[in-house]
Amino acid sequence: MTKLVTLIIDGQQTTVPEGTLIVNAAKKIGIDIPLFCYHPKMEPVGMCRQCLVEVGRPVVDRASGQPVLDGDKPKIQFGPKLETACTTPVSEGMVVLSQSEKAKASQKEILEFLLTSHPLDCPVCDKGGECPLQNLTLTHGSPQSRFIYDEKSRAEKHVPLGELIWLDRERCIQCARCIRFQDEIAGEPVLAFYNRGRATDIITNSEPGFDSVFSGNTTDICPVGALTTADFRFGARPWEMKAATSICAQCAVGCNITFNTRREAKSGGKVAIKRVMPRQNEAVNEIWICDKGRFAYHFAENNERLEKPLVRRDGELVKASWEETLKVAASKLAESREKMFVLASGRLSNEDLFNLKQLAYNLGGEALLYTHMGGGELTASLGVASGTNFGEMGAGTTILVVASDLYNEAPLWYLRLKQAAERDATLIVVNARETKLERYSRFVIRYSYGDEVETVSELTKKANIGEAISGAENLVILYGSDGLGLDGSSALAAACAKLVKSRAGKANNGLIGVWPRANDQGAWELGFKAEANLAKALKGKTVYIAVADPAGDDPALATALKEAKFVIVQELFLTETAKLADVVLPAQAYTEREGTFTSGERRVQRFYPAALPRGETKADFAITAEIAKELGLELEGRSAARVMDKMAAAVNSFAGITYGKLAEVSEQWPIVGRGDLYYGGAAYENKQGLGVQLDLTPGDLTPAPSSIRRGESLRPDEDRWLAVPITRLYDLDVTVRTSELLRQRIGAAAVLLHPDAAKTLGVAAGGRVEINGSRLEVRLDAGVPVRVALVPRSMGVSIHAPVIAKLKKA
Amino acid sequence: MSQYFLLRHRDIPGIGKIDVYKKNGGFEAFKKAVTSMKPAEVTDAVKASGLRGRGGAGFPAGVKWSFIPNNIWPHYVVANADESEPGTFKDREIMESNPYQFLEGVAIAAYAVGANAAYVYLRGEFWPVAHFLDEKIAEMEKAGFLGDKLFGTDYSLRIHTHLGAGAYICGEETALLESMEGKRGQPRIRPPFPAVYGLYGKPTVVNNVETLTNVPLIIEKGADWYKSLGTPDSAGVKIFSLSGRVKKPGNYELPFGTTFRELIYKYGGGIIDDRPVKAIMAAGASSTMIVADDKALDTPMDYASVRALGADLGSASVIVIDDTVSIDWVIGKTIHFFEHESCGKCTPCREGCYWMLHLIERIEHGEKTKENVELLHSVAKQMQNKCLCPLGEFSTMAVTTAIERFPADFKD
Amino acid sequence: MLAEKYPQEVKKILAKYPPEQKRSAVMPLLYLAQRESGYVTKEALKDIAAMLEITSTEVVSIIGFYTLFHDEKAGKYRMQVCTDLPCALRGADKFLEELCGNLGVKVGGTTADGMVTVEAVMCLAACDKAPMFQLQSADGIEYHENMTVDRTMELVEALRKSKA
Ligand SMILES: Cc1cc2nc3c(=O)[nH]c(=O)nc-3n(C[C@H](O)[C@H](O)[C@H](O)COP(=O)(O)O)c2cc1C
Ligand code: SF4
Ligand code: FES
Repeated sequence: MTKLVTLIIDGQQTTVPEGTLIVNAAKKIGIDIPLFCYHPKMEPVGMCRQCLVEVGRPVVDRASGQPVLDGDKPKIQFGPKLETACTTPVSEGMVVLSQSEKAKASQKEILEFLLTSHPLDCPVCDKGGECPLQNLTLTHGSPQSRFIYDEKSRAEKHVPLGELIWLDRERCIQCARCIRFQDEIAGEPVLAFYNRGRATDIITNSEPGFDSVFSGNTTDICPVGALTTADFRFGARPWEMKAATSICAQCAVGCNITFNTRREAKSGGKVAIKRVMPRQNEAVNEIWICDKGRFAYHFAENNERLEKPLVRRDGELVKASWEETLKVAASKLAESREKMFVLASGRLSNEDLFNLKQLAYNLGGEALLYTHMGGGELTASLGVASGTNFGEMGAGTTILVVASDLYNEAPLWYLRLKQAAERDATLIVVNARETKLERYSRFVIRYSYGDEVETVSELTKKANIGEAISGAENLVILYGSDGLGLDGSSALAAACAKLVKSRAGKANNGLIGVWPRANDQGAWELGFKAEANLAKALKGKTVYIAVADPAGDDPALATALKEAKFVIVQELFLTETAKLADVVLPAQAYTEREGTFTSGERRVQRFYPAALPRGETKADFAITAEIAKELGLELEGRSAARVMDKMAAAVNSFAGITYGKLAEVSEQWPIVGRGDLYYGGAAYENKQGLGVQLDLTPGDLTPAPSSIRRGESLRPDEDRWLAVPITRLYDLDVTVRTSELLRQRIGAAAVLLHPDAAKTLGVAAGGRVEINGSRLEVRLDAGVPVRVALVPRSMGVSIHAPVIAKLKKA
Repeated sequence: MSQYFLLRHRDIPGIGKIDVYKKNGGFEAFKKAVTSMKPAEVTDAVKASGLRGRGGAGFPAGVKWSFIPNNIWPHYVVANADESEPGTFKDREIMESNPYQFLEGVAIAAYAVGANAAYVYLRGEFWPVAHFLDEKIAEMEKAGFLGDKLFGTDYSLRIHTHLGAGAYICGEETALLESMEGKRGQPRIRPPFPAVYGLYGKPTVVNNVETLTNVPLIIEKGADWYKSLGTPDSAGVKIFSLSGRVKKPGNYELPFGTTFRELIYKYGGGIIDDRPVKAIMAAGASSTMIVADDKALDTPMDYASVRALGADLGSASVIVIDDTVSIDWVIGKTIHFFEHESCGKCTPCREGCYWMLHLIERIEHGEKTKENVELLHSVAKQMQNKCLCPLGEFSTMAVTTAIERFPADFKD
Repeated sequence: MLAEKYPQEVKKILAKYPPEQKRSAVMPLLYLAQRESGYVTKEALKDIAAMLEITSTEVVSIIGFYTLFHDEKAGKYRMQVCTDLPCALRGADKFLEELCGNLGVKVGGTTADGMVTVEAVMCLAACDKAPMFQLQSADGIEYHENMTVDRTMELVEALRKSKA
């Protein structure tokens, strides 16, 4: 147990654990000590000096060791100097004065120093309205300047640090928060100070500039308008915007976010999303998000969105009324009955998936999840239980990451596991190739592609590692699809499941799938299944495809779709699949409606509408309900909340969940928001709900599938190569490619080869190779096994599982 | 004084050669410490001698060594050879001319705190000195005074030099450690002090070159002998770096308690052109301005007496200013220095130095108005007690006291 | 590549520090890099970053903090005259002014033949031997104390000749 100490801050007595910093002890009782450089997520540096306070300590008699009394109270001795509240830990009997004459004078004086070289261009500053410097100046600032304006330091005002982040050198107050974030939290120290003294400047020397997938966070914690995103700068004033609560839809982490919106002329009077901000959820993303989540939201505003239903007439897709379209769709489904199936993706909300599943069930058809990664039956039964939080993992916990490149697949998990490892959790990374997370792991294990299952099954036999797994107080396993397809990942899941089986239902234990989509876990929880041979399944069937684009992903599936009996597609865009459809139903983007996603950690979280729906679009669950109605089935379509009620009644693991419950909050630490912005940065306070982690009820413990398909060993030979799919954070996924800003980071579809391999092929970096008919640029990476070609998914090449392929210089 | 203890090359030419040094009792103290004393006994001897740090703060060296905890390892010793305070040039002379005594001091300190590696951090400009020391260190290794299993015991020690690259702040011990770790030389918040959290986060003793050069004497001749030199408050001898408007500037090794008058007139040969002394800065550019009246001139130079003058002895870098010089020009120089050397980490120093520079430039360029002078004084005052490290405070010392003590020089 | 060009030196430098504290070698390696051309080239910078497993941004940051590291080309010799208080009390400012006049450059400027860049610097710990300056070149640093303008000009001439 940590010792508790009692102290008095501005007359208020409080008791906090030993080691607490004064600034945090004050914060807990509602006293906001002004500060700039301190950030509760980072090591204190005490450099801005804004938080100087008077600190008194009880006088102790040297001889007796007893406190000296002043009347009946202990005598308090104040030091000659003020002390920084952000670096000074509390001690028993301490008296802190943050509002005394002396402390207030100091706060005002430091502020004056900061303002001597600040441009005071608040009217054109993006931070205006949420700037602690501005706020403090209002509180303390003197109305007149003693400094001569002509002598102010001048510096560059529009410096792109990269394509995403801009720096205004004049506004920077040298607090180093951005630098420290990149160094301590992101582990990508690509920002630094240059020069010294008054000439101290922020620089980056990386290529591309500010090369980090967490860069946007620096704009939130920058206490002034020195760092802004290329996306938002000069976009709007903070006070003109509304805040809409949401969940990031880019991966399985489920980061809590806020969409800031404004109705504006530029968008034809419509509500436009101006920026994405993280929203605090200490159990999910703390106060951070990755750049993909921050910048890849523009897809919903794209002009190519479908706004009206389409039906095929005389071979052409033509606009039609909802009434007609729904009728056609329903009648075809009714005809097909059990010869129908639903093919849906994890982009859909739980409510959408639930209705789709119900529809399929009622017609006797199947509900299939469109995915390249399997094993979800196991994450639904052996997933992490309620109470699981990476933020609380440290010594005693073992985290095993298998076949996943978390940095690219789920950046926030990467960040959280890095932090857990730094708190002494045992991180074990198992992969066929080198990945970034290895830097923080205690053990690294390499295997040859195809040997995943065997490698995992042997883990417990390995010295040290076996002990770290079996003997761990807590064990979490994350598995992914790095280099794997549906079969391989399903088999891998089964192997991993064996290791956590005995721990089912215990918080901070279990199996996590690093899913490609925000709600894949939700689909598995609802009983969706994956199908290994979609092409075959499509033949002669009526298929209801919701927000999935098999034809776009794989020419073979496009061909197969033509063999289907009838194709209903529910989509945002006229995708390759939609182009082949008989009926196209225009859906709303998730930013335009309500719903919930279930994260990979099995946390159900709500998102709310941010923008107005486009044209005649409808929410997915509502469309399904309307089709059902045509079929005489009763599905809930009036509101997402009602669908959830139905779901809670029908699905074991969702029992008890309501929209009300999902909206509940409890106090989080650090406290951000409230009266001040500077403490946590501009990150949004979470008033809208922390979500609920699903319980694992014993009844849910379905056994692992009996026939585990062993991934055959894939051994390349002579002139044949092993081509395996990998995930890149920035790819050509429809949600990403519509973001102008990220285009440069997406770059070209490139195959990653070991330098020696490239030499054999006679190509250099930047050259091209031909693989299965596609020509790809070559990038070199010494972490790739020789004779293996890593091919990124969603970059126009249809490699969805490891294949032996011919590679040649193109 | 007829005999030198620190600047021994002045008595014994060639003491910079290892055989000459050995012939004159060199390395006996180190041998004695390693072969016949426990580490704690060495620390106790230094404690008892009353040796205070010569780098400026005057903290008792033995006490500092005794703070090194024995539950965190490894330990390091770092010799501070950054010597960048304007007016200070003593460490350079020691290292150039009496290098072995200094290195022996480093070695004894390392033994006392159980360090197996010691570093000498030299300012970058001491490039040739560093190369010279490297040679001396190699000689010592060859002669068996450095390396493994010294004098047949289990104790081993290596000394390395490390060059800075032009930053006054790296003389501040925590900035020095950051710099040694390959980072920007910016001070750390203290506590924790280097004795607990030093180089690479490990317990580290940082001592000035001159401080360490005293150590072999103490071990050899004993604490009592050492205490018999100097004054009760300030034991031993001290090198006074005398510069400015004197006829014979240079280093003078004298007992503590010598007066300013003796230093300037007896040793320094008096003032150029025999002008009167106007002001004294006792600790380089960081000092306050002492009005050089009779009382000041007759003040003995020890820590306590100089403090009574509203000044500090610091590293005893005595800059002498005569009546041909205007004090506003003097602080123009010091402000310029500190503005150039402020590391930029903390707000008051970074912004305050910049602001002071603007004001003094205005004052120097004919705007010696009451408002400007008062504003300068107030900005300097405003910086005080707020900075992260002493550099910021240093930058204001001459400024406030110049304006307070030499008001006439701030009027047209 | 530094490690290929100066294998002995690099090895010696790295040996000074504990293996897990390689970063300490950044300053010595920067000096080594400056041996080539008097400043740190972009390639050398990347090279050092890779050797020490830090980012090149971190290396640039070090160059920016310390005045003896340069990322831009200047004269073959940097003549850095101390004009700090103690030296100034002994005529350093006047010395610098006259020297610049004789060399036909402004403070901070480089002579037409690219030989000498004259700079004013802070205290060099030679206060009793003013006027003085240090000469920084690819080979290191050298003090010249108790100087006169004439003797300095002779030195410059000698430097010019030695080039020929
Ligand atoms: C700005 C600043 C510059 C300093 N410069 C030096 C220096 O050049 N040499 C030195 O020995 N100590 C210097 N010091 C003092 C050191 O921080 C430290 O106190 C000293 O090295 C301790 O050694 P000592 O106890 O032997 O004096 C400086 C302190 C400050 C605040
Ligand atoms: S850019 Fe912002 S966060 Fe970075 S140092 Fe400047 S003020 Fe601080
Ligand atoms: S010094 Fe405490 S917040 Fe900056």
